[in-house]
Amino acid sequence: MRIAFTTKGTDWDTKIDPRFGRTEYFFVYDEQSKNIEHIDNTDSANDAHGAGPKTAQKLFDLKADVLITGNGPGGNAATVLEKAGTEIYIGAGEMTVKEAYEAYKTNKLKKI
Amino acid sequence: MKIAIASGKGGTGKTTVSVNLASYLSENNNVVLVDLDVEEPNSALFIKGNLIHEEDKFKMIPDWKQPECTLCGICQKVCNFHAVIQLGTMILVFPELCHSCYACSELCPTNALPMITKKMGELKEYKSNNLAFVNSHLLIGEEQAVPLIHQTIKYVDLKFNDTFIKIYDSPPGTSCPVIEASKDADFVFLVTEPTPFGLHDLKLAVDTMKELNKAFGVIINRNGIGNDDVENYCKKEKIPVIAKIPNNRKIAELYSGGNLIYNEISEVKEELIKIENFIKLNIFSNLT
Repeated sequence: MRIAFTTKGTDWDTKIDPRFGRTEYFFVYDEQSKNIEHIDNTDSANDAHGAGPKTAQKLFDLKADVLITGNGPGGNAATVLEKAGTEIYIGAGEMTVKEAYEAYKTNKLKKI
Repeated sequence: MKIAIASGKGGTGKTTVSVNLASYLSENNNVVLVDLDVEEPNSALFIKGNLIHEEDKFKMIPDWKQPECTLCGICQKVCNFHAVIQLGTMILVFPELCHSCYACSELCPTNALPMITKKMGELKEYKSNNLAFVNSHLLIGEEQAVPLIHQTIKYVDLKFNDTFIKIYDSPPGTSCPVIEASKDADFVFLVTEPTPFGLHDLKLAVDTMKELNKAFGVIINRNGIGNDDVENYCKKEKIPVIAKIPNNRKIAELYSGGNLIYNEISEVKEELIKIENFIKLNIFSNLT
């Protein structure tokens, strides 16, 4: 599985960014290869409209199977993610990436 | 003559001023009141007229024709609003984000994104004694107020000639909808209240009107509360304070019952007369 987290930084101890469309970074963990990638999304701050679908498209290009985030995507972004077939888990807004990954593995996050 | 009633801050009394001024002026003039706060129009609560016309309003959005599409990606690249998204072999269109600029449609090499109509709102026209009243409202879920404001002004311009005083009850704030509602106005009345919040947002509205090169003046509503900072600011900036509507519980009671105020409270009528005189002296004379 390729798991993408919305984050405020680029390492395992960084905080989850509770926002989806305007998340600062994506932290992507590939469970098979154990590889980590991080993608800067700070340019979304300049979008007056449509940050959600644009970020959702970025996530699609990252080929993530799972998204772990805080509040969950808005309507437009959710439409894109649904078409992309991404599994979405929410409620990790107060956690670090490491804590969020553990919570996901132990089924403590809410799937939407 | 076109007069916009605007404000930086919401809830300062734009509608109170608009409906009372329009009704008062219509006693001796041809007047059309236009509610351009299309996201939450409320002038209709105070103007009880007969419905004489209604029509649906549409905007244009691109419609993806899959067989024609070569997935070149130009459409999503040219869209400044991320209303067109390419997802693998799919093109997704988000109509609420679309600003109807036609870029994706025109630049598509295979014409796979023809523009189609989408209903965004409804326009209604009423007649109340001597007052014409036009009211548009945006459908729930629609995000773009500007196209409907634009089309509503166009309707009014075609239907009512220059003998009419056109009063635009504008949306609050200082963003695109306000600019659309006030950019054609000959004069803008900024309604504020004498409080720190009122002053803060008045300054934003003043900056906006200066940027638009608009002639404008201030109407202070709920005069008597707060402090003198708004008046001092206007004096310093040489902005005319045209009227001061008193803070009065009776006004709030009448307003909350959906009633006009000026015939019940003489101080309000006196302030409307000041506005009328200002219009005749400063706006009308500049136009002729």
